[in-house]
Amino acid sequence: MSEDAVTPEAVRHVAALARVDLEDDEVDQFTEQFADILAAFETLDSVPDVETDADLTNVMRADEVRDSLETNAALRNAPDSEDDYFKGPNVS
Amino acid sequence: MSEDIFITETTIDGADDGPLAGQTVAVKDNISTADVRTTCGSRMLEEYVPPYDATVVDRITEAGATIVGKANMDEFGMGTTTETSHFGPTDNPAAPGHVPGGSSGGSAAAVAASEADLALGSDTGGSIRCPAAFCGVVGIKPTYGLVSRYGLVAYANSLEQIGPLAATTEEAAALLDVIAGPDEYDGTTREDPNADCGSYAAAADGDVDGLTIGIPTELLEGADEAVVETFWDAIGTLEDQGATTHEVSLPSVEHAVEAYYVIAMSEASSNLARFDGVCYGHSGGYEGNWNESFSKARAEGFGPEVKRRILLGTYALSAGYHDKYYKKAQDARAWVKQDFDAALEEADVLASPTMPVTPFELGESLDDPLQMYLADANTVPVNLADLPAISAPAGETEGLPVGIQFVGPAFGERRLVRAASALE
Repeated sequence: MSEDAVTPEAVRHVAALARVDLEDDEVDQFTEQFADILAAFETLDSVPDVETDADLTNVMRADEVRDSLETNAALRNAPDSEDDYFKGPNVS
Repeated sequence: MSEDIFITETTIDGADDGPLAGQTVAVKDNISTADVRTTCGSRMLEEYVPPYDATVVDRITEAGATIVGKANMDEFGMGTTTETSHFGPTDNPAAPGHVPGGSSGGSAAAVAASEADLALGSDTGGSIRCPAAFCGVVGIKPTYGLVSRYGLVAYANSLEQIGPLAATTEEAAALLDVIAGPDEYDGTTREDPNADCGSYAAAADGDVDGLTIGIPTELLEGADEAVVETFWDAIGTLEDQGATTHEVSLPSVEHAVEAYYVIAMSEASSNLARFDGVCYGHSGGYEGNWNESFSKARAEGFGPEVKRRILLGTYALSAGYHDKYYKKAQDARAWVKQDFDAALEEADVLASPTMPVTPFELGESLDDPLQMYLADANTVPVNLADLPAISAPAGETEGLPVGIQFVGPAFGERRLVRAASALE
């Protein structure tokens, strides 16, 4: 566990990847909790290799044109829209 | 409405006639209802009004039921107590001052308080069975693929199923009859191969003569003494009616909780990425860079348990850790499936306490997430194995309800209904 010790920097890094801003007290709390939880997850190291022959089948449907949501129904929950498009923040 | 059962009270009328005519249903608030807000217990979706119905909602209204409210729940289904809801906790009508269990706590409480005849919940790691046990009602987690998830706001797709709650086994089974079956909008749904064995409700005949019940020792070991005692009393009742029991061992379940949380959190981190406040949901109205405004909106919209799981899931899937956590969790999942398949070759059903503990007092358990995760030890293996399970009332200890869980083979819902109905 030592080399992977959960640090506040690691929590901030993951939060940035997940696009969730954290307050400083949240970082401290999660750092402590993640150490315990990830240590528990490490018990998975003792799971034996298991033969897995996944029973997978493709599910296909006919490629036919059919009705979809009306534009105004799709847009009605959007905080902002313009000319029948969703309007989001600047990309850069 | 002192128990805070519903987030939204409403009346969605059903068809004039049908198998559920005259029945009222509470619907968990992560199941989409056209033109009625569906919040998932989250600030993120506080104002979200779906433009379409979930398939299960279509089916219950076509069957004549009236929907009376959208039931409170742990935020996005993440919790064991219904205390992580943005809208506040629900009290347990069967044990006031205690939690109703989670995450379908409002659904179970609606039935326990007679605010609805029936309820729909969703079960990712026990979220129907836990509140059924804590509120003294019946809850069924169907076989994966039996019930359509179209219109269910996704938390962990590979694990979750919508299922019924009711005061009696027969009523829960009758609701399952209405919602079960393939759906063109959900490619994971399948036809029940035992469909010619009659309805699920008809299986509630209480006939357990000759039923063989396997009891996994590992699922009794960590449970409270009073819970185990109540469980054995219920088993005794079944033996008196001709059932036989034997011990079975499921060594894989020791790792099930960890595997479950790695998989569920990983799927959650991916599923909840869609909540960016652009197409719907809380936006906060921030200007500027896309990523920065998303991060602020998500920080405001999500509660602490949801953030915790998104971050842990992101961590488990991140470069360098995928093999260590996610791949190992998938191995554990395969092992759990094998174990259950082997045990169910020697027994018709497996039985255990649903929850290893009685309902927590409100506010008792929020500070230690790891302890809370461990409370799911008896229910999560079933979701990992894609199997059906039922929780039925086993009795009470010191006024607090105790649930008994029966687990069956895939599409073995009828034998679970039969076993549970013998206790009524």
